[in-house]
Amino acid sequence: MDFFLLLLVNGLVVGSIYALVALGFVLIYKSSDVLNLAQGELVMLGAYICFAFVVQYNIPFFAAFVLTLVFSTILGLSVERVVLRPLIGQPIISVIMVTIGLSSVLRALVQAFWGTDTRPFPTIVSEAPVMLGSIPISQVYIYSLAVSLVLLAIFTAFFRYSKTGIAMRAVADDQQAALSMGISVRRIFAMAWIIAAVVSAIGGIMVGLINGINISLSYMGLKVLPVAILGGLDSIPGAVIGGLAIGVLENLSGGYIDPIVGGGVKEVAPFVFLVFILMIKPYGLFGKEIIERV
Amino acid sequence: MIECGVFKRTYEEDMAFRHTALARWRIYLLLLAVVVFPFVASEYYVGIANLIGIAIIGALGLNILTGFTGQISVGQGAFLGVGAYTSAILAIRLGLPFWLALPGAGLVTALVGSVFGIPSLRLKGLYLVIATLAGQVIIEWTIGHWVDLTGGSQGMTNIPSPAIGPLTFASRTSYYYLTYAIVLAATVFASNLFRSKVGRAFVAVRDRDIAAEAMGVHLFRYKILAFAVSSFYVGVAGSLWAHYLNMISPEHFTVGVSIEYLAMIIIGGLGTVSGSIFGAIFMTLLPVILRELTGPLSAMLPITQVFNALREGIFGIVIIVFLIYEPHGLAKIWRNIKDYFRLWPFSY
Repeated sequence: MDFFLLLLVNGLVVGSIYALVALGFVLIYKSSDVLNLAQGELVMLGAYICFAFVVQYNIPFFAAFVLTLVFSTILGLSVERVVLRPLIGQPIISVIMVTIGLSSVLRALVQAFWGTDTRPFPTIVSEAPVMLGSIPISQVYIYSLAVSLVLLAIFTAFFRYSKTGIAMRAVADDQQAALSMGISVRRIFAMAWIIAAVVSAIGGIMVGLINGINISLSYMGLKVLPVAILGGLDSIPGAVIGGLAIGVLENLSGGYIDPIVGGGVKEVAPFVFLVFILMIKPYGLFGKEIIERV
Repeated sequence: MIECGVFKRTYEEDMAFRHTALARWRIYLLLLAVVVFPFVASEYYVGIANLIGIAIIGALGLNILTGFTGQISVGQGAFLGVGAYTSAILAIRLGLPFWLALPGAGLVTALVGSVFGIPSLRLKGLYLVIATLAGQVIIEWTIGHWVDLTGGSQGMTNIPSPAIGPLTFASRTSYYYLTYAIVLAATVFASNLFRSKVGRAFVAVRDRDIAAEAMGVHLFRYKILAFAVSSFYVGVAGSLWAHYLNMISPEHFTVGVSIEYLAMIIIGGLGTVSGSIFGAIFMTLLPVILRELTGPLSAMLPITQVFNALREGIFGIVIIVFLIYEPHGLAKIWRNIKDYFRLWPFSY
């Protein structure tokens, strides 16, 4: 029972980070119909930038955190302006490939500056575990869960109540109609990329605090696909629920099936699950079904 | 005499494989160049040419599926692996000769490809991309973890070099002729495929699947067929790869390889046979040229450390630049050059 609870809690923590990264992914898809395969690289780059500020420039963690967010804002803005905007209206394969190209460039930058070794993050939160009943949980897990939940709440509110958030939903719904209501679609696209880069960076810093950072952090970009598909590619609450569900599923299957087949189930289980969702309910739990008419 | 257009006055002319005498001569010249190449080039360059040949077959396969039929697949690397491992297993475990292992690899890959093509009936565009990506991850994982069959992360070694009767293809030059014979067959088949009913049905499915269905194209059958034909090509490429290197391991067939093949057909030109060839040449030569360029520099700078980063970065930049400035790829650039010189000096 304890084993199960441990896996469950770990799953929820990992899942909340997935949810955060998936939020950025869904946001870009929702407002601009772009499948962003460079999401994982945004996560990775954010983590490395924060690492550089903290370790290499000796800036206090909170200042470094804010600086990272500023950097991510600029990154998101310039990526949208330089890479994505020329491709508006191009076939999806071009748009997908351009994000893949982008991911290569970002990975190359990280490799060139920091190499491929795992870098440990300095300890920010105390390492003494907190006991929840009989299960020990490290404090960093609790913080990251809390930060994720707060951010998800903020973004939910942002999309419901703020003017920009509502404008973003309008663009997602119908670009033409949004344009005619005086919404600048370009500004909304830029906004979506900024938010995506920022939440990814936060997710990256969180993973960094838990596991240390290395180049394989970009693998997060693939993990986010099962999450987004389960929740529905264009649904924000879907990203949250999908993230938590995939995190738990991954840890449970890893914990229980690994001893039988000899390891590594964690990496593949979400994708097997993904195939099943695609077969049964391709638009996910909350996604909008696209009906085609000739 | 300056021509102002290509006129087709008879049915035979319309159906011709190449429409002008110049185009025919270009092909003869190209064939001659391919035959003569090993006599003038060093062993090293023949080796690179072999890799290019294998990449051409794989790129043709992917272009049939993605460029002509419009079904985007990110599972190419895994299918290449299925072909390579099938061929290696057939040759080592069952002791089959190469000329049976090669088509065997093609057929098994075609079968696996068709299974992964089944979702394509329900899923389109982005969703299909994600489904094939899941397929890639699952196949890659299976190859890495089915230790009894595939040797796990150790891979398989001592894959025999091909031998057909008394002929053995152990040296690079002999393998070159074997590879390019298959490349020739693959290219001719692909070029002719799109002059046939099946090929035109593929193109119709790409352009608008619902309209194609309304005109009597059986969507499921043709989509699965596209996956099968494409995977057959890729399986053959994988088999050639395995018997050329004599050893394979899971890291040869990652999602990175899938992306490299997608880059080939995009940079070469989607939906063109010549584009697959240009793209395969370009993407195989890119790292080679980079290494040559950085070679002299590395004596002065510690650039070997960043070589991988440089390669990856340039790979990404090339993709982005092509997509923004020449989305139709090298094939379109080649066509523009031909058009310019056909009407030269009166081009407009």
